[in-house]
Amino acid sequence: MNKKQILGSCILISGLGLLSLSSSVSARTVIQNKGSDTLVNVAQAWAEEYRNVDKDVAIAVSGGGSGTGIAAMINGTVDIANASRSMKGKEIKLAKSKGQNPIQHIVGYDALSVFLHKDNPSDTLSFAQLKEIFGRDGKAVKWSDLGLKVPGCKQDKIVVVSRQNNSGTYAFFKKAVLGKKGKFRQGTLDMHGSKDVVDLVEKTPCAIGYSGLAYANDHIKMSCVAQEAGKPCVNPSVATASDRSYPIARPLFMYTNGEPKGEIKKYLDWIMSDKGQCILLKKGYAPAKDVKCD
Amino acid sequence: MAKLESSSKQMDDLFDQRNMDWYFDKLVQMIVFISGISAIIFVVGIFVFVTVEGMGFLLEGFSFTEVFGSEYWEPSDEDDPEYGMLALIAGTASVTGLAMLIAIPFSLGAAIYIAEFSTGKTREYLKVLVELLAAIPSVVWGFIGLSIMNPLIIETFDVPVGLSVLNAGIILGLMAAPIMTSIAEDALKAVPDRYREAAEALGATRWQVIYKTVLPAAKNGLLGAILLGVGRGFGETMAVLMATGHSVNIPGSVFDSVRALTATIAAELGETAVGSEHYQVLFSIGIFLFLITFIINLTADLIVRGIKNQ
Repeated sequence: MNKKQILGSCILISGLGLLSLSSSVSARTVIQNKGSDTLVNVAQAWAEEYRNVDKDVAIAVSGGGSGTGIAAMINGTVDIANASRSMKGKEIKLAKSKGQNPIQHIVGYDALSVFLHKDNPSDTLSFAQLKEIFGRDGKAVKWSDLGLKVPGCKQDKIVVVSRQNNSGTYAFFKKAVLGKKGKFRQGTLDMHGSKDVVDLVEKTPCAIGYSGLAYANDHIKMSCVAQEAGKPCVNPSVATASDRSYPIARPLFMYTNGEPKGEIKKYLDWIMSDKGQCILLKKGYAPAKDVKCD
Repeated sequence: MAKLESSSKQMDDLFDQRNMDWYFDKLVQMIVFISGISAIIFVVGIFVFVTVEGMGFLLEGFSFTEVFGSEYWEPSDEDDPEYGMLALIAGTASVTGLAMLIAIPFSLGAAIYIAEFSTGKTREYLKVLVELLAAIPSVVWGFIGLSIMNPLIIETFDVPVGLSVLNAGIILGLMAAPIMTSIAEDALKAVPDRYREAAEALGATRWQVIYKTVLPAAKNGLLGAILLGVGRGFGETMAVLMATGHSVNIPGSVFDSVRALTATIAAELGETAVGSEHYQVLFSIGIFLFLITFIINLTADLIVRGIKNQ
């Protein structure tokens, strides 16, 4: 093959590549959707279902934590950011300085459940007790400090399972349970996803952890949570999250850059429709409005 | 005269051999030169990049007593972020230390056996296998730590969680051992045979030859091998991320979970806003790690070079 032939074929190949690229761009709109691990299952279900609604729009969903989604929103690399906490003042300022204008949409509610091993005899935990277990100056390091004897946990040590510090679940639990100035204790096992927390607590009799209600399963126990010791406790469920009677219920957010327009607006409207909200309900979260699902 | 000049020009043209091959030769020379200096360009480039990204924090928010004196790592707190790296440094140091306790006897033993005792086929097989062991990806090691070592440690030692200094130390020790073995073996091979022959002529036993003659003679090379192993341990990320339990904590025993400096960058960097303080702090950890591994590798290199020049 001489040089001219090689050059010619190169041009041909790159031309074909460009052609296919441009044709795929014109045919499909891709919405980048990233963030909260709590929301990722729902977001995926929405994206899958939306394919049947508008086949010209593809939604690319990925998880990684609320911090990931919000960072991507600030860096301008995502169309919709999912978050299980609201954006901090600092983050909004940073986003504005980079030319983004994040707008918050509440798409549902979640009960942040406190998970225990199924053999754990505890059935009620008050905020004060949770503070002793999770908080920096907390005095509960052994289950016997809470007056409990956990079968299978011979060392009696409380294994505190938390999340990585950019997680929205982490930030919300910190604010809601440990207080605005509160901080987590040293030596918590920081898991990289809600599912990892549940898996670890399920296998470890000494463990206690927290995650979204939707990650609960039959092999794990959810504690009933009381705002104050002595007061009646509330079990985490879709119903108690919906009416906000559960003390650590939290809104779930989607952030867009500026008021949503075009395909993104259509998608968000669809999420807030009965159909979208029923998918959220089916995944174990509380809808943002009253819906009737079949 | 004029005639002669023109003819010499003709001769020049005649002898000018600048055909395709000549240009090709030049091109290859240039490509090889660029590849040759690329390592320098990349190292300098990476160092400049890491420093520029992390500089903002080092110049403004940096407080020596906080970063190296506090164990509280809470970089995402809105009102009061804390950047104490003491626990992270303790985590990295404890895991690397334990790894070396495991890897040094293993790798020196293996190197002595391969270099001094084994012969023929056994030796060839061993060398290939050691190199194969060095080629196992670190995420596979991490996976072994997570799914095999974790339940094993829980059962054997009756502890609540098996992701700990012990787990990561063993994994990291096994990871560093093959490289240390190869380098240590080279160092032992570099000891001239006349040393061994002289010792044997004096009536020394096999062990005495190794212990009294070969090991002291190869001392620098062996030290270099160990230091390279330490550097490997310090910089390892994936396996450590998976096997330590990822818990900010100054360990009191080998069964405590810890978190390493490298794992912190890996876990948090993708999720911070570019240019934020948290982002800059992670880059300053990068500078710190870069400096430490650079010093360790440089020392190892100087020591190894030292024996060659003797």
